Amino acid sequence: MSATHDLAPPGAPPGPSDGRPPRRARARGTAAARLIFLGPGLGYLLVLLLVPLALVLGYTLFRRGRFGGVVYETTTENFTRLFDPLYFDVVLTSVKLAALTTLIALLVGYPTAYVIARLPRRWKTIALVAIVIPFWTNFLIRVYAWVILLSGPGLLNKALTGTGITDAPLGLLYNQGAIVTGLLYSYLPLMVLPLYAAIERLDPQLAEASANLGARPARTFASVTLPLTVPGILTGCVFVFVPCLGNFVIPEILGGGRSIMVGNLIRDQFLKARDYPFGATLALAVIAVLIVLLFVQAWASRVYGEGRRG
Amino acid sequence: MASRRLIYLPFWAVYVFLYAPIAVLVVMSFNAGKSPYVFEGVSLKWYGELAGDETIRQGLVNTLIVAAGSTVLSTVLGTLLAVGMARYARSRLLDALGLLPAVLPDIVLGIGLLVFYRAIQMTLGLHSIILAHTVFGMAFVAAVVRTRLVHADTSLEEASRDLGATPLVTFARVTLPGLAPGIAAGALLAFTLSLDEFVIAFFTAAPTEPTLPIVIYSMVRFGVTPEINALATILLAVSFTVIIVAQRMTRLTESLT
Repeated sequence: MSATHDLAPPGAPPGPSDGRPPRRARARGTAAARLIFLGPGLGYLLVLLLVPLALVLGYTLFRRGRFGGVVYETTTENFTRLFDPLYFDVVLTSVKLAALTTLIALLVGYPTAYVIARLPRRWKTIALVAIVIPFWTNFLIRVYAWVILLSGPGLLNKALTGTGITDAPLGLLYNQGAIVTGLLYSYLPLMVLPLYAAIERLDPQLAEASANLGARPARTFASVTLPLTVPGILTGCVFVFVPCLGNFVIPEILGGGRSIMVGNLIRDQFLKARDYPFGATLALAVIAVLIVLLFVQAWASRVYGEGRRG
Repeated sequence: MASRRLIYLPFWAVYVFLYAPIAVLVVMSFNAGKSPYVFEGVSLKWYGELAGDETIRQGLVNTLIVAAGSTVLSTVLGTLLAVGMARYARSRLLDALGLLPAVLPDIVLGIGLLVFYRAIQMTLGLHSIILAHTVFGMAFVAAVVRTRLVHADTSLEEASRDLGATPLVTFARVTLPGLAPGIAAGALLAFTLSLDEFVIAFFTAAPTEPTLPIVIYSMVRFGVTPEINALATILLAVSFTVIIVAQRMTRLTESLT
């Protein structure tokens, strides 16, 4: 049932049915209902979501106090510091690692989602649940598992030296490769699920028609399947990129504890350096990247979402 | 036809990639030795250590208190908000506000709340985590309940109003009972999300009252300890059980209706 079945807007002339309370009383009742239903939730979000966000944005303009806290003198020094290579490189590295993770997730996630969507019904459910189960186990424990796997005496090195692929243990842990591995492991399910939904929705007759018209499978995929699943691809990319960008746990535990990504920097500004204004400015940089990303997503889904003519 | 087979390669690789680390954790949790890398025979030693670990027990209790508290708040606020948005105010601005907690990175919400608590000089504790978890919990409950509302038949509500019931009576007698399954699903989602949430809790918790994820974080930072393997295995078993029970229940309700 769509919106057409919804109630008439308040104040609309009453329908032909009699026996309703008079119109003014109804409108009053509706206004009261509005307040009762919308008031608590919106009030809560205003105080505990919008006010904190406004504080973070506001703090970017002020100077830090000598012992933490904020001195209310406006300054541009936070933004100057943000573009200092020392910090800006960290922001760029974070974007790079998050983008790389998203790309790998897409490249392995797409064929996986495709295979799952084409499985017989019973196996389909099992395959999907199997994608989600690791995601349901504690995030920190999943990261910790990779410490055991990647460390010097760990299993991967044992396997590599045991089979003679390498003669000495490799330094697999505490580098950017380990960070990408951990990020991929944590968020791959978020890529597979929307892709699966998009591929599942496809009308198989389209691919059939394409084949009947003489297209090879590769051509059918490139001209029919892929364009039609672009919205799913975009959703999956946003779902993976967002939690990667602000992550500070994975860089710390798998990357070796230095401030490698912007999440670590933000956390340290708030909990160690007590520099709220600069921490807020770094957070604003993260939000800015995400706003750009969401605009790209909206634009691309508009381009692909409206019946394209190939 | 070789290309047809080739697509199964990433498919299987993904499952190996997802389950190998978990398998290692489970096997190593039964290790008699102290090394996390060498298996030296089967024992339940680490489970014993875990059972006697007061920090973990306290963390679990704190986690459950936070999850229960934020679920109650989220369910009440989220349900009211969903009804209000679906029936009394349709605006894209409100829709965006409802989605905001879900798309905002955890770390931004975490530091925002920390700054806010400091600004109003509120002491941190379990209550500050409950308030924080309610922000996203409420958004998820509202989203789940709204999908049910949108697909619901409104003729019963209209009939109730035609018979002279006020909006509130209509809500209590007609709308709410129809929404019950959606509300239950939303509440369950809010509860599970709160149980495992780390980043926001990390910023809004008092150092003396950590939730279980925060306890695990400090253990992991401290280095590799086999106790975590035992904990991981238990948490996995719980997740599995919940999934299987949920599956059976949905099947049961499907067969009943």
